Amino acid sequence: MLKYIVKRILMGVLTAFIVATLTFFIMNLVPGGPFLSEKAVTPQAQAAMEAKYGLDKPLFMQYLTYMGDLLHGNMGLSIKKRGFTVTDIIGNKFPVSARLGGLAVLVAVMIGVPLGSVAAYRRGKTLDNIIIVFSTAGIAIPSFLTSTLMMYFLSVKLKLLPSLGLDSPQSYIMPVIALSLYPTCYIARLMRSSMLDVIGQDYMRTARAKGVGTFKAIFKHALRNAILPVVTYLGPLLAALMTGSFIIEKIFTIPGLGHEFVSAIPSRDYPLIMGTTIFLACFIIMMNVIVDIAYAFIDPRIKLK
Amino acid sequence: MEKKKNLLSFQLNADDFLPATADEKESLVIMRESVGFWQDGFRRFKKNKIAMTAFVIVAVIMILAFIVPLFYPYAYEQQIKGSERLGIMEYSASELDRIAAGESVFPHFLGTDQNGRDYTIRVLVGARVSMTVGIIASALILLIGSVYGAVAGYFGGNVDMVMMRIVDVLYTVPDVLIIILLAQVLKFPLQNLSKVPGFGWITALGPNMVSMFLVFALLYWVGMARIVRGQIMVLKQNEYVTAAKALGATDGRIIKKHLITNCIGTLIVTTTLQIPSSIFTESFLSFLGLGVQAPMPSLGSLASNALNGLQTYPEKLFAPAFMIFIIILSFNLLGDGLRDAFDPKMKK
Amino acid sequence: MGEYLVDIKHEKLSFFTPVGEVKALNDVSIRMKEGEVLGVVGESGSGKSVTAYSLIGLTAENGKIMGGEVNFNGHRVDLMSEKEMRGIRGKEISIIFQDPMTSLNPVYTIGNQIEEAVRIHGDKSAEEARERAKELLTLVGINEPEKRLKQYPHELSGGMRQRVMIAIALACEPKLLIADEPTTALDVTIQAQILELMNDLKNKLGMGIMLITHDLGVVASMCDNIAVMYAGEIVEYGSADDIFYNPKHEYTRGLLKSIPKFQEKEYSKLVPIEGQPVDLLNPPKGCPFAPRCDSCMKICLREKPESIDFGENHYSRCWLNVKDEYSGGEKS
Repeated sequence: MLKYIVKRILMGVLTAFIVATLTFFIMNLVPGGPFLSEKAVTPQAQAAMEAKYGLDKPLFMQYLTYMGDLLHGNMGLSIKKRGFTVTDIIGNKFPVSARLGGLAVLVAVMIGVPLGSVAAYRRGKTLDNIIIVFSTAGIAIPSFLTSTLMMYFLSVKLKLLPSLGLDSPQSYIMPVIALSLYPTCYIARLMRSSMLDVIGQDYMRTARAKGVGTFKAIFKHALRNAILPVVTYLGPLLAALMTGSFIIEKIFTIPGLGHEFVSAIPSRDYPLIMGTTIFLACFIIMMNVIVDIAYAFIDPRIKLK
Repeated sequence: MEKKKNLLSFQLNADDFLPATADEKESLVIMRESVGFWQDGFRRFKKNKIAMTAFVIVAVIMILAFIVPLFYPYAYEQQIKGSERLGIMEYSASELDRIAAGESVFPHFLGTDQNGRDYTIRVLVGARVSMTVGIIASALILLIGSVYGAVAGYFGGNVDMVMMRIVDVLYTVPDVLIIILLAQVLKFPLQNLSKVPGFGWITALGPNMVSMFLVFALLYWVGMARIVRGQIMVLKQNEYVTAAKALGATDGRIIKKHLITNCIGTLIVTTTLQIPSSIFTESFLSFLGLGVQAPMPSLGSLASNALNGLQTYPEKLFAPAFMIFIIILSFNLLGDGLRDAFDPKMKK
Repeated sequence: MGEYLVDIKHEKLSFFTPVGEVKALNDVSIRMKEGEVLGVVGESGSGKSVTAYSLIGLTAENGKIMGGEVNFNGHRVDLMSEKEMRGIRGKEISIIFQDPMTSLNPVYTIGNQIEEAVRIHGDKSAEEARERAKELLTLVGINEPEKRLKQYPHELSGGMRQRVMIAIALACEPKLLIADEPTTALDVTIQAQILELMNDLKNKLGMGIMLITHDLGVVASMCDNIAVMYAGEIVEYGSADDIFYNPKHEYTRGLLKSIPKFQEKEYSKLVPIEGQPVDLLNPPKGCPFAPRCDSCMKICLREKPESIDFGENHYSRCWLNVKDEYSGGEKS
């Protein structure tokens, strides 16, 4: 077990290293640079700025310097946000996105799993059809539409909820709904089909033959078997939502990591792009390791090796 | 003995106990007709009302998006002076004059945008762009993903190890980063290329759209590759693969003839479900301004542009929003129907 | 309580499928006394499992009893609600299934699954249940019960798992154990062990066993009575001796001919029964076995044979018996 985790983490470090290297070179080879858009800057001033951030050196030297610093935990200074280190920016922005995304994932699981299970159990009945219709419709609405429509009706028309920021508990409602609608419906569909699969298994018949009641049969015997596909989906989902959705953060003006990252790309804030990319990569890899471990805990047949 | 005979409520005669001929026996056997995989699947699909409805809706939208714009009175980039920002079914002053003069003016069902462009045709062309992106991107994903996944799954071992690590890396690189950078890299080369005879279509599509396809081809096939790899890993354990090997079939032949054929059902279903997801991604990117280039509309960019005037002209948002919803919904339902019909696991 | 533990009277059962009504049981009557071992023999789709499942209320959702009565231990099982049924399942009737590989829940330990069966009926504490589980494992011949209780199904062999299934079935000392092809999925050597175990347990606990199988060899050793089923009907019923030494139906004779007999010096050829089982979507109007029967007569294609008794405990549905009697009658 421990050996497996260590192995996976080493693999992850390798993956992150490759991602960092790729990003570094692609980013620098693309025409343009951080100071091109500032027209007022004189060539001398630009040269001075480039020298300050080490951009005047040969690319490969820059790469070695960056990787060396990275090993010491130093991700450098942001070019556009003067005076802030990349570590500071990530440290400030990530918790905002993570809290919002974590909440959305929690909502999605808490609603999606029971909905899907109930639908499977009542398959072919009215309740099942209602759940199918809503979950299929739910995965057909992009989140930018959910958020703009909610904003239009709930904030602008009815003035029920604050439309911007994350200052009060109420202000979480719309972003969380917007973020969790798709995963909730997706999980409900996933859960329904995997539950249907499990309900048809021989061991469910054994449970019935023992005299186990319906509720216990579904929630003890079936759920633990049927939840595996949902757990698989949770890895990428957690990674995607907790690192911040650019669209949602832009629409609701939330100061999160997703927004910060996407704004950094056109302005070529190289250290910030690199730092965030590496951070995101590590986070995704970590989530996948956690999902694998959870998998082995849920299903004893799976051996981690 | 007598008693038992009385139990028989009908008259017996000696002829009844003559042996029956083989023909007589044959005539009694009523066999259910046997049906093949595709036949069976199509029959099930046709019975599925929801899936058939979705199929019809997809067909109608295809006609609206691809055929209707060809003879629509307005063009999507045509700016009508004086007709800016019209509401639903409104006419501009000059158009009203023309109507008064007895001319017939084709109505603006959904009004016009801030540049005086007819909004109905923009939504229809937007749907065309979104569908094109969805279908071509899914085809690219299918091609690359299935070949890559099949090779990795079939050879296994170290080949699989290395190939799947590459997938991991691609999966981990933030896609927005690649899309933004790639769009910038490709802008000038593509513009130059479009001037070369034979590549004029690039201008028509816009460099952004071409780079969007490239991004799909580069990044989003990893999901498909993983699914196909998993299927192939299971399928290659089958005896018929061993049999084919024993007969001296080459690896390429086994992948093509035996493995891909056997997971074709999964491929069709996954691709159908990939189309809405590609449309989704396209509308996200266009919403962010990373998608198609103006004046070419896409449903995402139309929705994004409508945000500013949301209070005054909500229909400018609702129209493309509803179009996105209905396209994605019907493709999803179509995919579900196909899966129910063709996935052997779903048979009951 | 009636005279019989199981008393199924003229049961008719159909499955309603998208392609039509499948008449799976057609006038099936079965009686079992307490402690009796009944073998139900027939090929796949003959309705033997359906009969047993309707007794314990595990018929698939689209199955419906269309006529007759199903009595168990004085209860009208066919009229009971799902909730009432639950009180009987696992307590008075237990069942073990064909495939022990898939019949145990893979994500729970053996101990958990046996203890659950112990605790559902009755009010045993967790500790008492654990003790009982150990006892049960010893009873079904599993060594080191302590260790086994903590293991997961995938860590045990097929034979072991079937023993665990039996332990679960015996948890509440049922009056009837239904064994649905309990040895089909096992190796031949293990098959014999499991059958022997069931025989021992029957003698120790005195429960009735309904042994469902397509293998006449399996029933020979341990059954008191045997019911031969074909196409949703009991075509012949009798004591084991009657069935083996005095079969009165062409199908039974066919089954007997298709068993390998190694004791005989001269190797007699195995005779398979040709043809396919009937399609119960379109059941023929005559004898269902007629199309495959070597001695088929004109009447067999036209009329369904009625049941004819040969003594107390032996009956069969075959026109040949009537013919024998008819022609026999003429001669005398």
